[in-house]
Amino acid sequence: MSGEDVDEITKIVVIDSESVLPSDAAMKIYESDVDITIKETCFGTMVTGPRDSVEKVVAEVRALDPNHVFVKQRGFPPGDKRRCRASRGGGPRPGFHYLRNEVASLPIISKALDEYEAYNPAEKEESPEKISPSKLKDIIESKL
Amino acid sequence: MAKIFIYPTNSLILSDLVERFGHKPLAMMEKIKEKITTVGVDSPPINITPEDPKLGLKYAAVEVPAGVRGRMALVGPQIDEAEAAIIVLDSSSAFGCMGCARTNELTKFLARQKDIPRLEVKYPRTEEEGKYFVYQIAEFLKSLPKEEDEE
Repeated sequence: MSGEDVDEITKIVVIDSESVLPSDAAMKIYESDVDITIKETCFGTMVTGPRDSVEKVVAEVRALDPNHVFVKQRGFPPGDKRRCRASRGGGPRPGFHYLRNEVASLPIISKALDEYEAYNPAEKEESPEKISPSKLKDIIESKL
Repeated sequence: MAKIFIYPTNSLILSDLVERFGHKPLAMMEKIKEKITTVGVDSPPINITPEDPKLGLKYAAVEVPAGVRGRMALVGPQIDEAEAAIIVLDSSSAFGCMGCARTNELTKFLARQKDIPRLEVKYPRTEEEGKYFVYQIAEFLKSLPKEEDEE
């Protein structure tokens, strides 16, 4: 692969969304002006390139639908001869079964993340507005 | 940002949740990447060099199969490095790359032996379990220090 000194990584982006399709994610990645390689797959996309670029692009894709886009790093780059089924005579690549199994439970996780976000407004809690001096004066002077 | 050891070590869900809540997952994928991209280490198609079972001796005895020691050469240093651990039990998909039951037992054992914050949850199979699963992991991750080794 390219660049011996560049820290190249591959990330798998799995999309389990009703509003974002894998092709939308791929388009978003194509739009970005960073030097990366992408590969569309049946469950999402694989992004390869320098660490900073990949992380930037992945963050953008995740922002499309944060609770329904899942990301993990992959050890091998796409098309690696030791993993790619094109050079291994077909069949699922090692690791595919695990991914497929986890992808099957992503709807549960997505829904739970939605609910967790809804039930935990702690970080979003806003402090009450300050009372204006005139209002405070009215309260002091009011006779209840 | 704490370094979180995850088990299963190649889990998409755990790796994603740890990153999502602002920490660094210590996952198998990162190790594999290091292994296959380090010049001179590469010995396709297996990528395990004669050195690895020796490294694994730190974690497993010599009479333990070389496969376990080879795997522990990757997993063991991650456990050493970990500042917290999330262990998911009853994962039906602990096969394939995760397929060595003895390594899995040893991994969990070593993670439990280490004096670090640890969360053990069951793999979710229903929506209710899913909510509990995410809630527990999120609260655990939020309870860990975020800026510890940054500055």
